[in-house]
Amino acid sequence: MADHLARADHSDHSQPSEHVVSAGLYWLIWAILICATFLTAWVATVDLGIFNTVVALLIATCKASIVVLFFMHVKYTSEKMTKAILISAIFWLFLLLFLSLSDYATRASG
Amino acid sequence: MSDRAGVGETPLAVEHVDRPELRHHFADVVQQRNAASLGMWVFLATEIMFFGGMFCGYLIYRRAYYPSFAAGSRSLNLVAGTLNTAVLICSSLTVATAVRASQLGKRKQLIGLLFATLFFGIVFLGIKGYEWHDEYVHHHVPTFYFSAQDLVHDNPNLNIDPQATKIFYSLYFALTGIHAAHMIVGIGIFTVITIMAWKNKFSPEYHTPVEIAGLYWHFVDIVWIYLFPLLYLIDRR
Amino acid sequence: MSTTAVSTERQNYLNSEYGIRSWLLTTDHKRIALLYLISITAMFFLGGFFALLIRLELLTPAGDLLTADTYNKAFSMHGQIMVFFFLVPSIPAVLGNFLIPMMVGAKDLAFPRINLLSWYLYIAGAALYIWCIMSGGVDTGWTFYTPFSSLFSNTHVVEAAMAIFIAGFSSILTGLNFVVTIHRMRAPGMTWSRLPLFCWSHYAVSLIMLLATPVIAITLFLMVLERTLNLGIFDPSRGGDPVLFQHLFWFYSHPAVYIMILPSMGVVSEIIPCFSRKRIFGYNFVAMASIAIAVIGFLVWAHHMFVAGISLYSALVFSFLSYIVAVPSAIKVFNWTATMYKGSLSFSTPMLYALGFIGLFTIGGLTGLFLACLGVDVHVHDTYFVIAHFHYVMVGGAVLGYLGGMHFWWPKISGRMYPEGWGRLAAIIVFIGFNLTFFPQFIVGYLGMPRRYWQYPAEYQVYNVLSTAGASILAVGYLLPIIYLLWSLRYGKPAPDNPWQATGLEWRTASPPPTFNFEETPEVTWEAYEYDTMPLPEEVTLER
Repeated sequence: MADHLARADHSDHSQPSEHVVSAGLYWLIWAILICATFLTAWVATVDLGIFNTVVALLIATCKASIVVLFFMHVKYTSEKMTKAILISAIFWLFLLLFLSLSDYATRASG
Repeated sequence: MSDRAGVGETPLAVEHVDRPELRHHFADVVQQRNAASLGMWVFLATEIMFFGGMFCGYLIYRRAYYPSFAAGSRSLNLVAGTLNTAVLICSSLTVATAVRASQLGKRKQLIGLLFATLFFGIVFLGIKGYEWHDEYVHHHVPTFYFSAQDLVHDNPNLNIDPQATKIFYSLYFALTGIHAAHMIVGIGIFTVITIMAWKNKFSPEYHTPVEIAGLYWHFVDIVWIYLFPLLYLIDRR
Repeated sequence: MSTTAVSTERQNYLNSEYGIRSWLLTTDHKRIALLYLISITAMFFLGGFFALLIRLELLTPAGDLLTADTYNKAFSMHGQIMVFFFLVPSIPAVLGNFLIPMMVGAKDLAFPRINLLSWYLYIAGAALYIWCIMSGGVDTGWTFYTPFSSLFSNTHVVEAAMAIFIAGFSSILTGLNFVVTIHRMRAPGMTWSRLPLFCWSHYAVSLIMLLATPVIAITLFLMVLERTLNLGIFDPSRGGDPVLFQHLFWFYSHPAVYIMILPSMGVVSEIIPCFSRKRIFGYNFVAMASIAIAVIGFLVWAHHMFVAGISLYSALVFSFLSYIVAVPSAIKVFNWTATMYKGSLSFSTPMLYALGFIGLFTIGGLTGLFLACLGVDVHVHDTYFVIAHFHYVMVGGAVLGYLGGMHFWWPKISGRMYPEGWGRLAAIIVFIGFNLTFFPQFIVGYLGMPRRYWQYPAEYQVYNVLSTAGASILAVGYLLPIIYLLWSLRYGKPAPDNPWQATGLEWRTASPPPTFNFEETPEVTWEAYEYDTMPLPEEVTLER
C-alpha cells in the first residue's frame, strides 16, 4: 500500500466534490435516465425470450452507473477509497448471490 | 465540552476557532470532510449488503417459481412503477443540483431545490401508498385476507402456484417496504438539511452534510432502479 | 516521556469530569470503552449462568434437572448471549475503542458521537434480550433455524431476534468508525506499514462487521416477518425453503467467527513481541494474513450446511475453500512462534494467555479442518465434537486473547498494576479448567453424543462429569480477575507510562491517558515493534 499521511496539507488535493459540475450536465444525465426508464418499460413488452431479463438488468446497471459517476461525483473524485469501497461492496454482493445460487443450480432435483 | 480544555496549545487551534464546524478531534476541515465522505460510502456499502440479502432470496425463488413470479409481476401497476422511477430520478436531479448550489453558496437556490427534493420524495411515497392500497383491495397483501385465485384465474394456461405467488408478494412488500422506510429516513434527513440551509449554515467552504445526505439519497434511488425491473418487468410480453 | 509513577492528581480521562451525565453522554472513546467493558462483562456472566445450567444438567444421563424445553432454552440463550452480546463486541468495543485512536496517534475515533450511539444500540439490544429472557426465553438454538423459529416455537423468538438485530447495528457502526479512523486519522509518519498489527486485525474485523452483519440483520428481520405475518417464505409446506434461511444466516455467522477471533489474534501479535523482546517475525505476512482471513472467511459458510441438503458440488467447493481459510491462520501461528525463537521470554500474565491462545487455537483450528472434510462431517455434525471445536477457538482462542489483552493494557486503562501472582494463577486455572471442560467433549462427540440433547446414554457420563468438573474450575479462573482487577483499582501499584517497555504509541502517553490522548500530536519516524532499541522493563515481580 502506498504510504499515506493522514494529516492533510493545505494544497487541497484529493477532496471529494471540489469539482463543480455544470447544471447542464446534470440535466443531460436526468434526460438519459428518464429515457432509459421508458425504454426499459417498453422493451419489457417486446418478446426477446431469455434476453428480456438481460436487457432489463443491463439498462438498470447503466442507469445506476451514471447516477454513481455523475450525481454521486465518483467520476470527479480522486479518492481511490470511494471506488475501492464501491467495487468491493458490489463484489461481495455477487459472492453472496453467486455462491448461494450455485448451490440451487447444481442440485439434482433442480 | 470541558474535556477538550487542553487543545488550545496546538497551532491548529487557530483553525478550530475560525471554523466553528470543525470538530476538535480533526486536524483541519479537509480531514473532517474526507472522513465524513468515507464514512458515508462505507455505510452505503453496508446498505448494499442489507438489501442484497433480500435480493438473494428473491433471485432464488424467482428461479424456482418463475411462472408464478411472472404472474405476480404482471399484476403490479406498471404505470405507477414507471412513474415512481421517473419521480425518483427527478429527485436525484434536484439533490445533485442542490449539492451544486451549496458548493456555489447559492442559498435561495439550495433551499428551493431541497424543498423540491422533499416534494418528489413525498410524491414517491404517495404513489407507493396508492399501489399498496390497491394491492390490499385486491387481496394481494400476505396476511390480510390474501388470495392469489384471481391470478390463477387470469393465467389459465400457466402453472400458477398460489403459494409461490404469495412468496412473490411477501418479497415484493418486504423489498418495497424496506425501500420506503429508507425513503422516509431520507426525507427526515433532508428536512433537517433544509432547516440547516434555511438557517444559513452552509457555504462554499462547508457543505459536507448536504453532500453526504445526497449520497444517501442517490443510493436509495439506485436501489429502486434495480427493484423496478426485477419486480415489475419480469414478463410483460 | 515520563517513566516515573503517575501522580493521581494529574488530569486524565477518568478524573477530567465527574458525574453520571459525563459518562452517559461522553464522546471520549476511552470512556465509551469502559461503558462497553461493564456491559459485556455483565452479559458474559449471564451467558455463563446458562452454561452452568447446561453443565449441571449434563452431570447425569437422565434429564432430571431441567425439562427438555427449559434445556432447549438454556443452550439457545447461552449461545446467543455469548456470541452476539459478548464475543462479537468484546475486544473491538473495549480494547479496540480504547486503543485504536491512540495506536494511530489520533485524539479520538473519526465519529465519536456515532461511537456513543453504538453503545446505546448495544444496550438497547441487550435490554430487549433480557426482556426476552424474563418473558420466558427462546429455544430455537442460537441459529434460529426455520421453520421451527418461524412457525413452531412457542417462545419469544421475535424479541430475541430483534434484540440481535439492534445489537448488529452497534457492530456495524463500530466497524465503520474503525475503518474511517484507520484510513483518515493516522498521525504524521504513521504509514500503513508502521501500524501495529492490532490495528491491522481490527481493520480486517471491521471489513467483516460491515459486509456481513447487514445480511444477518435482514435475515432475522425476514424471519420475524415470517413469524408475525405468517408468510411462508421459509416454510417447506408452503413452497418456502429453510435452506435459504441457512444460507443467509451462515453468510454472516461464519464470518462472525472471524470477527470473534481476529481481534484476539491482534492482541497476541502485540503481546508476543513485547514479552519476547523481539520484533514480530514477518510483519507483512501477519498483516496480509489478517486481511486474507477476512476475505476467504466469506467464502466458506455452507460448511455448516453439508448435511442440510445442499448440492454435492456446492459442498465440495465449500469444503475446499474451508481448507484454504486455515492457511492464513497457520501463517500467523508460525510467525508468532518464529518471533519467540531466540527471544528473551518472560512469562507474565499476558504472555501466559498468549501462549495458551497459540496452543488452544491451533487445536481448535485443526479440528475445524476435520469438520471441513465432508466424510468426517457426516459423522460428527451436530455432535459434541463440533461443540468442542468451536469452544477451543472461541474460548481457548478468543476469550484467552481478551483476558490477555485486558491484563496487558490494564495499566494503561486504569493507571494501576494488577497483582502479577494472582494474574498468573488465574491464567493457569483458566487453562486447566478449559481443557478439562472441553477436551472430553471431543471424545464424547466422536463417540456419538449429539449436541443439544438433555439426556444421553449412560456410557457417556464419565466424559460429561469430567467436563462439568472442568467448568467449575474454569469459573474460578474467570472470577479471579474480576476480583483482583477491581481490587487493583484501589490498592494496585500506580502504573508508569510504559510498564512493559512496549512499543506502540499508546505506551508513549501517561497511564491513564489524558482525555485527548497526547499532549502533542505524535510524529512517527520509527517502524513498528522496534524492540531491539527498547530498554528492558523492570523485572515483573510477584508483588501482592
